[in-house]
Amino acid sequence: MKFKFGIKEVVAIGVGTALFVALTEIQIPTPIPNTYLQPRMAIMAFLAAVFGPLVGGVVGILGHALGDAMFYGSVWWSWVIPEGIIGVAIGLCASKFAIKEGEFKNVKAIVLFNVVQILANIVAWALAAPCLDILIYAEPANKVFLQGAMAILGNVLIIGILGTLLCVGYSAVGAKSSSLNKEE
Amino acid sequence: MSKMLAYEEKDTWIHRLSGVTKLIFFLLWCFTSMLTYDTRILAFMVAFSLLIFKISKTEWKQVGTVFKLIMVFLILNVLAIFILSPDHGTEIYGTRTVLFHIAGSYDLTKEQLFYELNVIIKYFTVIPAVFMFLVTTNPSEFAASMNKVGISYNIGYALAIAIRYVPDVQGEFTKIKHAQEARGIEMSGKASLLSRIKNTSAILFPLIFSSMDRIDTVSNAMELRGYGKHKKRTWYMERKLKRNDYLTIGFTVVFTVVALVITFADGNRFYNPFS
Repeated sequence: MKFKFGIKEVVAIGVGTALFVALTEIQIPTPIPNTYLQPRMAIMAFLAAVFGPLVGGVVGILGHALGDAMFYGSVWWSWVIPEGIIGVAIGLCASKFAIKEGEFKNVKAIVLFNVVQILANIVAWALAAPCLDILIYAEPANKVFLQGAMAILGNVLIIGILGTLLCVGYSAVGAKSSSLNKEE
Repeated sequence: MSKMLAYEEKDTWIHRLSGVTKLIFFLLWCFTSMLTYDTRILAFMVAFSLLIFKISKTEWKQVGTVFKLIMVFLILNVLAIFILSPDHGTEIYGTRTVLFHIAGSYDLTKEQLFYELNVIIKYFTVIPAVFMFLVTTNPSEFAASMNKVGISYNIGYALAIAIRYVPDVQGEFTKIKHAQEARGIEMSGKASLLSRIKNTSAILFPLIFSSMDRIDTVSNAMELRGYGKHKKRTWYMERKLKRNDYLTIGFTVVFTVVALVITFADGNRFYNPFS
């Protein structure tokens, strides 16, 4: 488990957050009204899988807060925190994915990645986000649970497809140039 | 891509405040606005936010496009609440004053209108504060001030790098997007859902790879310059907390406490004009 906070993590958080923020405006509309697929979620999942829970969690929380503030002018805190939960959850398994070492290619890793992301999404959007919405903003319960269900659908889909592709792709190509690793 | 809120240099006392002061104000302000549904406090907060907005000399052209976008979200949210829970106001305030019948189980009640009015006001209390924070805070100075009040400089640096690289990453994204579009990749609504995801990944892949390279380059450069060697760093943009900073922080804390006391004085967070 990588909980260290070194130069690499500092820069990964910085550039990762910038990436997340810059991609805030890229949204793929779906046939369901008012529901968008957010590629930035896939980026966050990818960064968490590569750099671990700290980077994943901070990119999720900071990126969401900063991105919302910069593009939408208001921060919806009850949706910022769940994003961090997903980042941490995926990040916790980072050592099993071993993306940088080029190991993310077998079915086992891909299945694990997707099981973790689906569980994390359910906890985040069916549990954390609606509860925080009701607690913090006193919003009507059926509205927030409906929104939560939409969010699960959209995020599971985008992380499942795009996130997996990114991990497999980077693992295949990125590993060639950096197969040497310093021993910890 | 000018629709984003970005720092702009000006000379007002708000610009001269330390970034940390503004962050404390911003967070506590959001916190209060989140907790309270007391219309009197919300109304005061709107008035005060507008005043700050005026003092910080923020111009409409800096924030106009973003503001219009928020209005769209605001309207969608208010409508969604009404469609999904037309009687949420009654649940909260305990009474039901029907103004007129709409259709089916939908009645327009005074309580619902009042509840949704509060939701709208809450937006307006936070929007000017967010604008003010983003438009008047210099990212480098912000990182330095965070370190000065005892926050680890790693966190300050991560934040400064994030803000610093947003425009770069955006520029790169646009470049890649144009290149891919020139090769005939369809990004708009004309393509089907699955092919749109595929086409987006045609942009994201190069962007991810170049960003991972950037992470390597930047961290190597920082390592070469001895980043993280010592417990302390000196800062070029350093600014000490001055009298105005302490006054602002003091005011914010007092305001938060007073607002919460008034809000919860009657046992819950809502101000009820109906009882």
